[in-house]
Amino acid sequence: MGKVSRLSRFNVASLALGLAFLYLPILILVIYSFNASRLVTVWGGWSLRWYREFFNDRAMIEAAWMSLRVAVASASMATVLGTLAAMALSRGEGFRGRTLFSGMLYAPLVMPEVITGLSLLLLFVALNAERGFWTVTIAHTTLTMCFVAVVVQSRLGSLDRSLEEAAMDLGCAPVRAFLLVTLPLIAPAIVAGWMLAFTLSLDDLVIASFTTGPGSATLPIRIYSEVRLGVKPEINAICTLVIGLIAIVIVIASLASKLSSSQGESAAPL
Amino acid sequence: MSARRIFARPARFAAIAPYLWMALFFLVPFGFVLKISLSQTAIAQPPYEPVFDFTAGWAAIKAAFGALSIENFKLLVSDDLYVFAYVRSLTVAITATAILLLIGYPIAYGMARLPARWQAVAMVLVIVPFWTSFLIRIYAWINILQHDGLLNQILLALHLVSQPVVWLSTDSAMYLGIVYSYLPFMILPLYATLAKMEPALEEAAADLGAPPGAVFWLVTFPLSLPGVGAGVLLCFIPIVGEFVIPDLLAGSNSLMIGQTLWLEFFTNKDWPVASAAAIILLIVLLAPLLLYERVQRRQLEER
Repeated sequence: MGKVSRLSRFNVASLALGLAFLYLPILILVIYSFNASRLVTVWGGWSLRWYREFFNDRAMIEAAWMSLRVAVASASMATVLGTLAAMALSRGEGFRGRTLFSGMLYAPLVMPEVITGLSLLLLFVALNAERGFWTVTIAHTTLTMCFVAVVVQSRLGSLDRSLEEAAMDLGCAPVRAFLLVTLPLIAPAIVAGWMLAFTLSLDDLVIASFTTGPGSATLPIRIYSEVRLGVKPEINAICTLVIGLIAIVIVIASLASKLSSSQGESAAPL
Repeated sequence: MSARRIFARPARFAAIAPYLWMALFFLVPFGFVLKISLSQTAIAQPPYEPVFDFTAGWAAIKAAFGALSIENFKLLVSDDLYVFAYVRSLTVAITATAILLLIGYPIAYGMARLPARWQAVAMVLVIVPFWTSFLIRIYAWINILQHDGLLNQILLALHLVSQPVVWLSTDSAMYLGIVYSYLPFMILPLYATLAKMEPALEEAAADLGAPPGAVFWLVTFPLSLPGVGAGVLLCFIPIVGEFVIPDLLAGSNSLMIGQTLWLEFFTNKDWPVASAAAIILLIVLLAPLLLYERVQRRQLEER
């Protein structure tokens, strides 16, 4: 049997329907963000009116700025910690507490966010920490470093170890071998990990709601409180801007992963 | 061999910082959840008592320990409201995961059968929605499902219904939202195992006279079970504790446990009951969580 004939009509149909299901709602949202009419359901022609409205909405802009700062800070910290964790797990052989370590890294990937958020808040209250930018950043770092670790670990696992071993046989010290051989090879995965952490942080509502303090709402918290009151065209515009920003991030991330030749497979979606 | 050993030593040291971080911000907080779940609400700041004050001396700490009680847990297992919330969460999660498997499997199967070049494209297309905000994707559906939204407009125009159907605040809307949001989590692990499968195995079965249905159920499906397991866990566990989707799309007459916890915490300011609800949720999810951890570790470490 040839390669092409393996693809049955049923396969094509399920693929096409599946992708349409995934993309149509987002597409409709983007189109309606350019709707001139105040009524969300009536098409009144193309317009940038709701984008102007957003840029004049101080509270929204402040929330967006807060979200961006948290996302950049937490993604950067998560990338450093996650990469270190991935190195330890895939190159550290056996060490004491390894099972607990990997458990602590993999559990947050699926842990319901209400539990993670609540437990972090109670910690911050017990430590008497002032809630705001830093508490949200720490909370997001904790969640997203696990995703970074999985992405980088999966890349490390598919890497040929003889490269770093060759460097060391030729007289490189381990840290130098890591910096000169391993790090350049896993750099695309690290970039992809940062991007993933950035978008996860930008996206998070539940954990941020628990860990933030009065007066420092993130963008999802603001959007959520607006959405609860009903559909507003301005929200369509904000969502489209966020989608646009994430699209740019994805393009950069996929260019980065194109630089890395082999695709690592992992249960985490990346 | 020796080079690998020497490399392993500094690599182990790399564990220190993330280890301490996760211990402090992931493990230790559960201790606080447990402690506060055994406390009582109080009109105070923080809103519970007893408050442990380690500077107050041994007697005060002992008294604080004495004031802990399992009242909140008794309330949670005896009050129908909470019991129903747990039962509903599990029902919703099981139903939604089954639907996800039913929809996700054919898509993953289709992807795995694409020519290699197109497989990479299809994979990116499935991943991209995962990167776009959860909240935005739910909001997109509110746009479509609302009273005079696109869906009702289309149904009216096609004369399939005579008046607008109520979609929002129903269980169907909630299931739709859950399936929509979690579909990539189901497809990707399924695709990963299906793509690795040797096509010769299916062809051999077919050559030996097995009809297509038998080939699928006797060869393809059993071989894809690791992917099925990973996808099911990846969806089931977070759906049990889901808050945003039922809150925005389902009606308010029956709540999932994530919503109850949120309500107790933010609206009723009852931190101890919210903590006890979190502890019970954690106990319910402990077995699937441990199973997931094993699956994940095998996938990443034993290649």
